[in-house]
Amino acid sequence: MPENLFKINAKEYILPGTRACQGCGLSLAYRYALKALRENTIVTLPACCLCVLHGIYPSTPVMIPALNNSFASTAASASGLVAGLQALNRTDTTVVAIAGDGGTFDMGIQALSGAAERGTDFIYVCYDNEGYMNTGTQRSSATPLGALTTTTPIATKQQHKKDFLKIMEAHDIAYLATASPSYPIDLYDKFVKAKKIKGTRYIHLYIPCPPGWAYPPKDTVKMGRLAVETGIAPLFEVENGRFRFTGRSKSIAERGNRLPVINYLEKQGRFKKMNIEQLHQVQHWVDGKWQEYQRRSQE
Amino acid sequence: MSNVQIMTGNQAAAIGAKLSNVQVVAAYPITPQSQLAEIISQYIEGGELKAEYVRVEGEHSALTVCISASTVGARVFTATSANGLLYMHEQLHWAAGSRLPIVMCCVNRGVGAPWTIFNDQQDSISQRDTGWIQIYCRNNQEILDTIIQSYRIAEEVYAPVMVCYDGFVLSHTMMPVDIPDPEKVREFLPPYQAHTILSPEDPRTLNAVLFPWRRANSEGVICDGYMEMRYKLQAALESSPAVIGETNRRFAEVFGRDHGGLSWGYRTEDAELIMTGMGSVASEAMQAADILRDEGIKAGVVGVRVFRPFPAKDLKEAFRGAKGIVIFEKGISYGYEGALCSDLKAAFYGSENQAPVHNYIAGLGGRDVKARELADAARASWMEMQKGIVEKPTTWLNCYTG
Repeated sequence: MPENLFKINAKEYILPGTRACQGCGLSLAYRYALKALRENTIVTLPACCLCVLHGIYPSTPVMIPALNNSFASTAASASGLVAGLQALNRTDTTVVAIAGDGGTFDMGIQALSGAAERGTDFIYVCYDNEGYMNTGTQRSSATPLGALTTTTPIATKQQHKKDFLKIMEAHDIAYLATASPSYPIDLYDKFVKAKKIKGTRYIHLYIPCPPGWAYPPKDTVKMGRLAVETGIAPLFEVENGRFRFTGRSKSIAERGNRLPVINYLEKQGRFKKMNIEQLHQVQHWVDGKWQEYQRRSQE
Repeated sequence: MSNVQIMTGNQAAAIGAKLSNVQVVAAYPITPQSQLAEIISQYIEGGELKAEYVRVEGEHSALTVCISASTVGARVFTATSANGLLYMHEQLHWAAGSRLPIVMCCVNRGVGAPWTIFNDQQDSISQRDTGWIQIYCRNNQEILDTIIQSYRIAEEVYAPVMVCYDGFVLSHTMMPVDIPDPEKVREFLPPYQAHTILSPEDPRTLNAVLFPWRRANSEGVICDGYMEMRYKLQAALESSPAVIGETNRRFAEVFGRDHGGLSWGYRTEDAELIMTGMGSVASEAMQAADILRDEGIKAGVVGVRVFRPFPAKDLKEAFRGAKGIVIFEKGISYGYEGALCSDLKAAFYGSENQAPVHNYIAGLGGRDVKARELADAARASWMEMQKGIVEKPTTWLNCYTG
């Protein structure tokens, strides 16, 4: 495990000049994920921001083999890659499926649930930027309560985010973790660990999105940190049913210095129409989740 | 030495897949395909077939598994019916666009709504424009043999092949089938060698986004745009009749059975009235031809075995000399007529063959069609044609239309 950034694999698998937006949180996270996964990896991805990052034919900045597939099929595609590699005795290759929250929480949930239930030997990565950002910031079931999107343009989203981590945990998978590009060592460590584990592994990335969340691109790392520091995006891992806070969330849990959600919400244009009642609802929701995690971390 | 056994169409299909040494199978149960998925599970769990079986949670995933497994170089197989095939629709396009040699059985069944579990061909006909080769079988022997042939065809032209056979009429009906010698099949169909595979040794991003125009790569070489890639799929399908014909010829040489390549004929030598169709309805029409011949009408049958690529050239030849054509179809392009009827008439455009064509929609949702009824319909049309009735609205056979 690297104690600092200098111990991270120095090789780059993404060349500069991708087609991702300025300040894209996914670019950062993907860079560190691939450093941890290394060469012997095949990625499968649906139509999403990552597809854009992978470039326009015939050029790509990514030096890891990747297969584009249709929107609902990411985890099924991974199942096919795993089965094909198994049939050809090439089982040392790590199969990684990566999709956004729309392709995971919404359209891809059937294929993912099926693959997880079958115990498919792959890593599924959901990069959660809390909306259909690639198509222009429409509401998904991962969009938080009170957020403006182009399909909740006036009244804001009226429902809380779907607790997808609970859904994945209910599949009794081999490994589950959350990570943030604002904490690259924690993220890197989790991918290194996931690579070594057999069976279905799920990594949830909280990805700040400047155009979708309406904040300046220079603030991506800050926004990711605030998400963690307010408990909106807790960093943890679950192995064999055992819950463990990691990194910054571990120290917050120990010291009890979690910030109020307003510190995070007020910096994003998408929450500008949020009313005081919604603010309390979000704080209450986050407190409830945090307490549940804290109770589990002490078990 | 022949090895003839009595079996259903689904059993014949399972044996065809086993003899083709498929490496990855993914399937989801649906009547009347289910038995096929079950038999292959037995082969794999019993160790008779060394393959990975992915028991997926739906047909969309079944074809996706095949697409991805084929992308890393495995020979893959799946099968479905009716709404299962419709659920795959997006991935049918994806498979063909990816130029993968996938073979799938479509055990033909009518589509909902309303529900029917019984046979017609609306399911596969509705997938006509997805870039798949479609082959329609008329008996269980042909199902087994066609699956083996299909891998050879698919792996040569890099296009997926749908092997269609009628639900219940073939899938659940026992017929004698000669099981080919596995060694001879291995010779006829060597292991799959993909020209491109997705691998860490040669990292690529496959099926990336394209702009409308062609673009240069980092070495300045101009590469295909979307339209060029799609043109190549069309060119591959246009070139495939020769491959299908050659594969059929070679198969006949090795195994002694000729299923007719693109189409087949029955008593067509001097036929003036030619009946046509696909699958079991065309098979049934052979009996109808016998009935009409006994009555003194020079009747014959041309069975369309390959619907896509549409064998226009072959069929123009097959129908040469016909003075009347009667088409029986188990599907329709709603708002117009049977798809085979439209295609066939278009094939005759500008040619000397301008025989009248009458179109019958028959057997939807498993409605029984007897040879005698086909003969009655064909005779009625033949008499109308003698009277000069060239055009006639599409007739729904055995259907109470008020």
